Amino acid sequence: MIFSLLAITFVSAAAVGVVYRVTSGPIAAAKAENSQTSLRQVLPPFDNRPAENVRTVVVDGAEAKVYTATSGDTVCGYAVETLSRKGFGGEVVLMVGFKPDGEIVDIEVLGHKETQGLGDKIERGKSDFSVQFRGKNPATFHLSVRKDGGDVDAITASTISSRAYADAVNRAYLALKQVSNE
Amino acid sequence: MNNNLRLFTRGIIKENPTFVLLLGMCPTLGTTTSAVTGMGMGLATLFVLTLSNMVISLVKRQIPDKVRIPAYIVIIASFVTVVQLCMEAYVPSLYKALGVFLPLIVVNCIILGRAEAFASKNGVGASALDGLGIGVGFTLSLTLLGLVREVLGAGSAFGVQIFPGGGILIFVLAPGAFFALGYLLALFNKFTAKIR
Repeated sequence: MIFSLLAITFVSAAAVGVVYRVTSGPIAAAKAENSQTSLRQVLPPFDNRPAENVRTVVVDGAEAKVYTATSGDTVCGYAVETLSRKGFGGEVVLMVGFKPDGEIVDIEVLGHKETQGLGDKIERGKSDFSVQFRGKNPATFHLSVRKDGGDVDAITASTISSRAYADAVNRAYLALKQVSNE
Repeated sequence: MNNNLRLFTRGIIKENPTFVLLLGMCPTLGTTTSAVTGMGMGLATLFVLTLSNMVISLVKRQIPDKVRIPAYIVIIASFVTVVQLCMEAYVPSLYKALGVFLPLIVVNCIILGRAEAFASKNGVGASALDGLGIGVGFTLSLTLLGLVREVLGAGSAFGVQIFPGGGILIFVLAPGAFFALGYLLALFNKFTAKIR
């Protein structure tokens, strides 16, 4: 009885191990590809590997990763990966691209658990919500929803998700300021 | 041949896991927010079910009765892990969409049910056909349910927008899963009552 169970677990573990070895390369590649793609989407054209040039800072209790993108020898932009815990369904993780002067280039949602059909409109392509941030500088564009006295047009029926999004963008901006002041 | 065909189609109509046996309701309700995720879930289950049925049928004589359930679970869990790793490597978008429901295939009662009720008593070929039939039935049901919910709830089919301006939101949310499933169940039973 013990022997047959042992044999089954042994063979199963070996099989899973083999598949893990075969797929670990592609999985790592898919993840790297994913982050490089989102960096390209939120940043002006760059020619370095921002994923290898990262500074991690803590803003208001949450981590933010600041990627520096360069084109030639000049810094052409920063991408900040950060999150907000104010989401309806948990963390909202964003990648926010800035020009060196702090103007937002574009924003990409890396992960969220917001309600399908409502809060998930924060994703680019599902609604025009994310478009309103393009070209805005948080120095003058107040990053909170209109209901809270800010400049962000919230998604109808998804104020909480919109708030979380604005909160994450704001954190990204604070992280950027923290890094550029050093 | 006729018998084999019957084995295969049984899982699609007469013993359809979703609409007749009402098994595996958790992934059914949870992953059918769109046709594509429903189909992805169905195909992952089809794969695991067919292979675990075959392996369990192969080793059924070597497994003592007392430890058969843990043995089945180990075999099923291994296949699920394989599917999970492959999906993460080659279709990361679907991996992300299925989320927690992918590892939960392990505890999907359809799979353990077929192992216990069929694969442990029948040959490899028949078990494979049974797994394929039930798996295809599950995939078709989930795709159909996902499609209905996507059309009604988001106004799109397989990600292609057909009605501009979306749909009746509740159908993509949890209550809509129950509504859609209930109506589909009624329709399915109406049209298959004669065949069965």
